[in-house]
Parts: sequence; structure tokens; C-alpha cells
Amino acid sequence: MLRGDPPGHPVHSSRRDEFAVLAAAHAAGLPVPRVRWCEEDPAVLGAPFFVMDFVAGETLARRLLRDAEYAPARAALPGQLAAALAAIHALDPRAPALAFLPRPPADATPAAAELARHEQLYRAVTLDPHPALELALRWLAAAPPAPRAETLVHGDFRIGNVIFGPEGLRAVLDWELAHAGDPMEDLGWLCVRSWRFGADAQPVGGLCRREEFFAAYARAAGAPVDSAAVRWWEVFGNLKWAIICVMQARSFIDGARSVELASLGRRVAEMELELLELTEA
Amino acid sequence: MQDRPGATELLEAVRAFLEEEVVPALDGPRQFHARVAANVLAIVGRELAGEEASLLAEWRRLAGLLGRASEPLPRLEALRAAVRDGTAALAERIRRGDADAGPFRHALRAHVRATVEDKLRVANPRLLESAGGTTR
Repeated sequence: MLRGDPPGHPVHSSRRDEFAVLAAAHAAGLPVPRVRWCEEDPAVLGAPFFVMDFVAGETLARRLLRDAEYAPARAALPGQLAAALAAIHALDPRAPALAFLPRPPADATPAAAELARHEQLYRAVTLDPHPALELALRWLAAAPPAPRAETLVHGDFRIGNVIFGPEGLRAVLDWELAHAGDPMEDLGWLCVRSWRFGADAQPVGGLCRREEFFAAYARAAGAPVDSAAVRWWEVFGNLKWAIICVMQARSFIDGARSVELASLGRRVAEMELELLELTEA
Repeated sequence: MQDRPGATELLEAVRAFLEEEVVPALDGPRQFHARVAANVLAIVGRELAGEEASLLAEWRRLAGLLGRASEPLPRLEALRAAVRDGTAALAERIRRGDADAGPFRHALRAHVRATVEDKLRVANPRLLESAGGTTR
């Protein structure tokens, strides 16, 4: 299995760094494809790439949540995803092999740094005023989570980024956003409404209730979940996904020819509604 | 006045063609993008059908919140500009902290919610129907 970006890919991510994180995760016994070779010279295939073992299975989240065949996987995944997340968060981001990971500046908590970075991104690209996003920015700025020990954070942990079979989890994919930060970030992102693919009765990836997942994570991690911090990161996750959609729409308006980018501008309202719901109290 | 079929009927004809004939004939990313394209045409159809009424209602709410006169704006273009301008003023007041608490916060949140719901009635009406089902 070869992983690379098509030439001109808009999101900058380093294949070498993702290769190194995958190698560290595999060494720690995490369910990830085993990586074999990384080629950074774009002359070889037109863009950097790496080669990893093929993992058979399904990746379509809607199949996972709806098909009868995957009922056993739906039952097994909350515990398996919680254990995988706890194992990711047990990896030391200061280990020499992971020294390249992005990390928050020394004078800010991960939450405050991420919030400031995304607010800046948003202000730089938005063409329309978004009162709902402004309200969310105020809510987030008012009470960011207190600092805690920094861990490895996957950065895009959701059911759209795993390989599963009828029996359950087979591999965790898409490590290109891994960084050092607050482990509660991964739990909050997993709860973002869009990653439930319509199965809203089960807030954690359309699979289970928050309490069930937090209990499984706490058992695997040997430490309790800071549910207020997870809530903050869930609100932040919805805001971040809204900002990504604003950015994608902006690149369409600036000339990128893609009907998908164009359509994402109209998804912002989904996250706006969710942000209003989550910050109602 | 143009002849029939009208703009929304033409859009619907192209949308149905994409969904019923193009999508099944493709696979992979092309099929996905054809599906997205059909959905975008559905969005445009809903927007054309309701834009003026929804803009007028939004503008009246904004005028109330910002204490501005709401004399009728005859042209759609002027209405769009007025709503945009009022919304920018609202966003600025939120940034300044004016909506952190109190009765203005309450009125503003009601307006923002109504506006977001208007956007979703165009962009994704099904999501709005299921909004009550979200488990907190």
C-alpha cells in the first residue's frame, strides 16, 4: 500500500514525519499498518510517498454504522477505540524518534495555542461575517482547559480514519496531524457531530454514549477523563471543522476548480447550529 | 419574463440527470463529485425559491437588534448588502463582548439561531429535521 499526495496537494504534511509516527505506534503495539519504506525525493513518483503493509477491511463509516454485517464491530469498537487512544496517549512525544512533532509554544496551553491559531486562520480567510462562530470563539476563550501533562495526540481520530472488519478495529490511519498536546483533544474531536454520520443518538462516533466511552478510556489509561475539557475540545472541534470549510470555500472562490470545495462553504451552517446547541447553557 | 421552464425547473432537470444517469455510470472520486454536484444544484434550487423572503425576515430582525430603521428595500441586491452590513456589525459587537451576558445576548442568540436555521433550510434541510435528536 502506497501513501502519497497528488502533486500540488493543498494541505502541507510531511510523509517522513507521518512515517516516523507510524513506526513508533507500531513499535508500541498499536493497531497500525506496518510501514516499510519512505521516499522523500519527489522525482521518483512526482511527490514524496511511503509504503506500508496492506490491511484488508472496510473504511466507509456509513457502512459501519448501518450494515447488519458490522453489528459485532459496532459493539466492539467503543472499547477498542478507547484502548487505542489510551495507548496513543501513553506514547512520549519527547522521545527522540518523535522530536519533530509540532508542539504548543512554551508560554501557552495547547488549548489556548490552538484557539489563537485557528482564530487567526479564520480571520485571514473568511469573506462573510459569522456571528455563530464569533459566539463560539468567545465561549472558548472564556474557559480553556487547565494545563496537564502533554502527550502524543493523534489529531484526526474518528471512525472515518480507521480500517475495520465485521469483528471490529483493524488499524488506525491518517497520522499526518499528530502532535504533542492535550490528550483530551482526541476525545473531543471523536465526539464532533459530523463524525457521527447521522447516528446522533450515539454522540461518540455514532457508536456509543460519552459516559460509556469515557469509562472505557479511563480503564485503559488508568486515569479519569476530564469531561469538562473534552467538552471544550468538542466545541473547539466543531469550530475547527467550520473554519476548515470556510478555508476550503475560500480556495474555491480564489480559483481552485472543485465542486467539492465549493459545496463545503455551505456546510459551515451545520457546525454553527451544533455550536449554538453545545454552548446553550 | 422568461419562457417556461423557469430557472428552478431547469436546475431540477439537470440535477435529476446527474443523480439518475451520471452518478450510476461513474465510480470512485468521479462518482462522489457527481453526487456532490447534484446536491449543489438542489441547494441552489432551494435558495432561489426562498431567498428574498428569508433575507427580508433576517433584515427585519437585524434592524431590531441594532436599533436601525427598517424601511423597505426594494431591490434584492440592496437587501443583501444591508443584511451583510448588519451582520458584520453584529459580529463586531460579539467580539467586543457585548453579547457575553444580559438581554442583548438572549435576543442575539435567538436571531443567530433563526439565521443558521434559514441557511440549513437551503443547504441541508434533513439535518434540521433531525436536530432535536442530538443527545447531549
